[in-house]
Amino acid sequence: MVSQATQLAVKAEVVVKNFGATSVLHDLNLELPIGEITVLMGTNGAGKSTLLRILATLTQVDSGTVSIFGADIATNGPAVRALTGSVLHSPMLYADMSVRENLMFFADMYRLENVDDLIAQTTVMVGIEPRIDDRVRTLSHGFQKRVALARALMHDPQLLLLDEPESGLDSQSVDRLDRILDEYRSSGRTVVMTTHIVEHALELADRAVVLFDGRVGFNSENPQRDREAIQEIYSANRISISSLESQPQ
Amino acid sequence: MKGSLAIIWAIGRKDLLLEIRNKEVVVSVAGFALLVLVIFTFAIDLNQGNAKLVGPGVLWAGIAFAGVTGLNRAFALEVENSTLEALMLAPISRDLIYLGKALGNFLFIAVAQIIVIPLFAVLFNLIVFRWEMLAIALLTTLGFSAVGTLFAAMSVRVRAREVMLPLLFLPVVTPLLMAAVESTSHMVNGRSWSDMAQWLQLAVAFDVAFIVVSAFIFQHILED
Repeated sequence: MVSQATQLAVKAEVVVKNFGATSVLHDLNLELPIGEITVLMGTNGAGKSTLLRILATLTQVDSGTVSIFGADIATNGPAVRALTGSVLHSPMLYADMSVRENLMFFADMYRLENVDDLIAQTTVMVGIEPRIDDRVRTLSHGFQKRVALARALMHDPQLLLLDEPESGLDSQSVDRLDRILDEYRSSGRTVVMTTHIVEHALELADRAVVLFDGRVGFNSENPQRDREAIQEIYSANRISISSLESQPQ
Repeated sequence: MKGSLAIIWAIGRKDLLLEIRNKEVVVSVAGFALLVLVIFTFAIDLNQGNAKLVGPGVLWAGIAFAGVTGLNRAFALEVENSTLEALMLAPISRDLIYLGKALGNFLFIAVAQIIVIPLFAVLFNLIVFRWEMLAIALLTTLGFSAVGTLFAAMSVRVRAREVMLPLLFLPVVTPLLMAAVESTSHMVNGRSWSDMAQWLQLAVAFDVAFIVVSAFIFQHILED
């Protein structure tokens, strides 16, 4: 079962994932400690989104094991999902329901109590309270993304999974997101996010993981220090795994 | 148990709310079924004997074909905005998602039948407002929903889903359709409960088997 005693929020061992003939992740190993913001980087097709979907229990691995807070996600799906909040590419909202109705419905799915208070708190936190009774269909993509963030935060998850959360957000919303993530880190919770905005990611992250060709090509515990190396690796598709493995871990 | 029922009801209620706003599923199911009934009233010489002979078959074939259009739409809505994935992210067993979606589909088809069956009675001049009809309709709708929800989830990501769903759904529900047609036929001919008991038992067995099996299979077909 889920154990908070472990020091690892995420542990992936020899993970393989193929979609048909396309190999997306192969022999991926990754350990992410509790209480850090980890940024997953990599070029298109590197496997970032697939890895996030695996951590969110939406996609099954072909082989290997993945555990979250010590619990194998293959056998503890509901318990793991109770500890995670996810904002993936699509906002995943019911367009013909209002923001409030969407959040109330998902509060039911998470079996939350004091729902009105929770909704009030999270909508203020992400800045959507003026439009809480508007139908989602009438909101811009950026607003919808904020509603998705509110849904992910509502049950106070220990692990937040974000797939390019800044996409579609204006600079004010990105600042707000950064503040939320800072609060998350300072309260000892864990964030794993993907991004293409390298500079922003390196400012925010405690750890930067560059995926390359379905594996961890570079795992930096000090992204500020390794800034140049990360940028070089990230922008150079041509660098081979063997040369990446010679970089400091 | 109470928590699980609350989850199932929340999903069903959400589908109902969306249907009240969109009116896509019930209107298409009821409309399609009514078209079938009307076409047959023109195509067949509906004297009292003929109506009793062909009426039950026309009614249930119409509802089955119309149900396919509704089932297709009910799941397509979840996939278009990726909300099915949002449900999958919730800390609930995925068989509850199946049962919630099946409840929604049950309600849609049931509401469509509330419109269709009285019009069937008028068009075919048959007496159908009896408890037997209620039992037949409930059991058949339950089976349609159980099987249809599973196959709609299977076919929803396929490009030719409009073709795929009837190809999967209709052969599997054939025993249930037979039970519905035979029971209705007994009813319109004024026979007793005991005459239709074996067909109702078949419908009950079909429903129980497919609800249990479908809930088990559903969680596996959701994942990539």
